[in-house]
Order: sequence, then structure tokens, then C-alpha cells
Amino acid sequence: MSQSYNRGLIEDFGRWKEFSAGMWAWIFHKFTGWMLIGYLFTHIAVLSSAIAAADGQTMMVAGESVDAYTGTIQGLEGLFIVRVLEVGLLAVAVFHILNGLRLLMVDLGIGLEAQDKSFYASLILTGVITVASVPTFLTGVGL
Amino acid sequence: MSTQQQEPETDAEPEPESQETPTDQEMSGLSSPQQKRLQRKHEGAAERERAAAEDDLEGDTVHLKVFRFDPEVEGKQEPRFDDFHVPFERGMTVLDAVIYARDEFDSSLTFRHSCRQAICGSDAFFVNGRQRLGCKTQISELDQPVRVEPLPHQEVVKDLVVDMDHFYDQMHSVEPYFQQEDLPDGELEEQRQTRENREKVKMSTRCIWCGACMSSCNIAAGDNDYLGPAAINKAYRFAMDEREDEEIKEHRLRIVEQEHGVWRCQTQFSCTEVCPKDIPLTEHIQELKREAVKKNLKFW
Ligand code: HEM
Ligand code: SF4
Ligand code: FES
Repeated sequence: MSQSYNRGLIEDFGRWKEFSAGMWAWIFHKFTGWMLIGYLFTHIAVLSSAIAAADGQTMMVAGESVDAYTGTIQGLEGLFIVRVLEVGLLAVAVFHILNGLRLLMVDLGIGLEAQDKSFYASLILTGVITVASVPTFLTGVGL
Repeated sequence: MSTQQQEPETDAEPEPESQETPTDQEMSGLSSPQQKRLQRKHEGAAERERAAAEDDLEGDTVHLKVFRFDPEVEGKQEPRFDDFHVPFERGMTVLDAVIYARDEFDSSLTFRHSCRQAICGSDAFFVNGRQRLGCKTQISELDQPVRVEPLPHQEVVKDLVVDMDHFYDQMHSVEPYFQQEDLPDGELEEQRQTRENREKVKMSTRCIWCGACMSSCNIAAGDNDYLGPAAINKAYRFAMDEREDEEIKEHRLRIVEQEHGVWRCQTQFSCTEVCPKDIPLTEHIQELKREAVKKNLKFW
């Protein structure tokens, strides 16, 4: 055979408009899984301010002197962007858990005919829970 | 010249699940997903019929955009799309349309086809962004212009012809043939299969080696050694066949549980979506994963 032609990856992410439910579920699951890992590191970093607090370090928040741990948390929670990121984190975690349960069912061979519907259900439920959480996350924060 | 047929294979095949068999316990569990598939299929066929009756494409032309590439002709080595305007006929399939384009407009247009009835598996194309069998896809179902491209993730040899060697290698690597030395007991000379076991492997036997599933799988695209859905389905067809001895089944499971076997599947369902023979590929891959785990637990 003479030389042939390799069309490379054009058909992969270039055809995202044609992706079906299972493909989106896979992409979102990867994405949310790695986001959660990323959050884990920031979470550890923030919580480790407790070490500084245990060493007796203090900081000033709103004119009061508090220990380093409380100060760090209060400082972060006072930021609007952090509250928004928390809503995002909740959305990511909820989707990952719901779709994770869907994947467990798929692994057990249960309800494979409804795998697309269970993906859409995960999405809708994630949206509902996220919206419902907004008041809780955004109370008492100045813009 | 239009082939006019839709889903000939299901019509030709007896469909026990649509009659009284569902009351049969062993069968009903197996056939229910398939029943749903068949139901969806019938609904789809009715829908198409309605669309075909209503459509006013009649007398119109179909705008095809066909991928062209020819390594042997100077000036065709750079891939491009050619436009063809083919007169529409009721019941025209994508294959009919490219055949017309080749016969009437450009005899150098190259593609594989043979049976025109979804049984030889030679004309899987990438039509409007999805792997489809040319002869099983009605033009009236598609948005225009209809883009016809060779299967993704395979080397293009010429126009719509792709190199299938790797796909066939993967198919052969799962030893896709019945392996049973001993004849059954008694005076029987044949290897008889129970009805239930036949039902179990029925869908998996329908593969026509078209390669659509492998082409749709982005894991197979990234890992050239991955067996791919069709080969794993072939392994399933024999591993689940009770006429083969237990040792042979274990041998088969060892093949599919290797590094580039079933565990590569990320349950994206792309293969199941595109398979023109409606084989529940993901379901079969998942079942083999569970069988592999069970086998290994047994020999802990
Ligand atoms: C109830 C909670 C959770 C459930 C049910 C769940 C479920 C799953 C399942 C089933 C998979 C495998 C997907 C597959 O088959 O390919 C997975 C992957 C993963 N999960 Fe979770 N998970 C949960 C919580 C978490 C948390 C808290 C984290 C992070 C700290 C996390 C990070 C990941 C990562 C990184 C992956 C791999 C993604 C990839 O394929 O690259 N998960 N999860
Ligand atoms: S499993 Fe389906 S899509 Fe894959 S080669 Fe066989 S018939 Fe084609
Ligand atoms: S021409 Fe044989 S499968 Fe389409």
C-alpha cells in the first residue's frame, strides 16, 4: 500500500457537539474528580493555619486580634469570591457523587439502558441542589 | 437502485420476546433490555416512515460533501471535500447517494460496499459527525449538507477507504472461533446449545465487523493496543457459550483481562450508540469485567 493519511485528532474534541450522554458524563466525571483533588490541597493549606495558631500566632481581623486559624477562616469567608467558589465546589462534589453512583450501577450492570437518563438526572439534581444552597453560602457576605 | 430496506436483519430474525416468551422466567430477564431496544427501533422505523411520507425532498437534490484524498495523484494528496448534488429518491441511503455520485459524476470516488443490506460490514462511514453504516442510513433522516468522511482513528487509504488491518488484528487476537475438543455425551454428534444460552449470546453474534464501534471509542484512539469493543464482544460471544469447557473460558478471560483489555473501557457508551447491529457492547464489556473479577477471586 502506498502512503496513507492520518487525520489526527480532529475527530476527538473537535466533534464535541456530537458527544452523547455517556461521553459527557465521562468528561465531567474526570473534571470533577480532579477538581476535588485540587480542593483537597487548598483545604489542607487552609486548615494547616491551625499549626500556626497552636504556636500562639495571632492576626488582626476587623480590628480584633484573633488566633491565626480563626483569622484565616474569617478572612477567607469574608470574601465574596470564596463564597462563590464554595458554591462551585458543592456543585462539583454533588455531581461527582451522583454520577459516581451512576457509574457504580453501570459497573454492576444495573439499568444500562437508562444510563443516559441517569446522567441527565444527575445533572438536574446537581443544579437543583446547587441553586438551593446559594442562600446558605451567600449569607452575611459583603460584595 | 434505492435499496428501500430498513432494518432487514430484525425483520428476518424471529423475535421471540415480542410473543409469549417473556413469561418464561430465564428468558425475560435477558430479553428485557433487548425488548426495549427493539421497541425503540420499531418506533424509530415508524417515525422514519412518517418522515419519508411527509418529506418533500422528492424531486429535490441531496447535497453531499465527501472527503477526498488520493496519495497517488498529484493535486489530490491534500485532503479536501468535494460537493455532489445527487437527485433524491424515496428511500435513498447514504450509500445509494455516494454510488450515484461515483457512477454519474466522478468515477474515481472510492469506497467499500458490497451487500447493501447491513450484513457485510464494509461501508461504515463518518456521516454528519457520527459513525454510521452507509447502506442503513436514510438520507431523509439527515441534515444537509450530508458530510461523508472516512472512519476516524484509522489511516485513510483513499477517499472513504480506511485501513482495517489493525481492527482485524484485534478481532483475531481474541481467538474468535469455537474451541471445544470433546464431543458431547450420548449419541449426539453436534454441539447443541440450550435455547437460554443461545438467547444469552444472541446479540453478540450479530457483529458484522464494520469497525464503527472501534472508530467511535476515544480510548481505542488513545491506546492502540486496546482490544476495542468489537473484539471484546467477540470474546464475550465465546466466553458465554456454555458448550466450551471451563478451562477454555478461563483462557478467554485471561485474554480480555490483560492490561489492554476490558479494564480500559471507561463506560462512555460511544460504541453502543453507534453499533449498527444494536449490540449492547458496553453491557457485554461490563459483564466480562465482572466475570474476570469473579474468576480471580475464586483462585485467590
Ligand atoms: C461519595 C463520594 C464519591 C463517589 C461515589 C465517587 C465515585 C467515583 C467513581 C465510581 C469513580 C470511577 C470512575 C470510573 O469508573 O472511571 C471516581 C473517580 C475519581 N474520583 Fe471519585 N467519588 C467520590 C468522591 C471523590 C472525592 C472526595 C474525590 C477527591 C478528593 C474524588 C476524586 C476522584 C478522582 C480524581 C477520580 C478519577 C477521575 C479520572 O478518571 O481521572 N472522588 N469517583
Ligand atoms: S460490534 Fe457493532 S459497530 Fe462494532 S464492528 Fe461489530 S457490528 Fe460494527
Ligand atoms: S454494504 Fe454491506 S453493510 Fe453496507
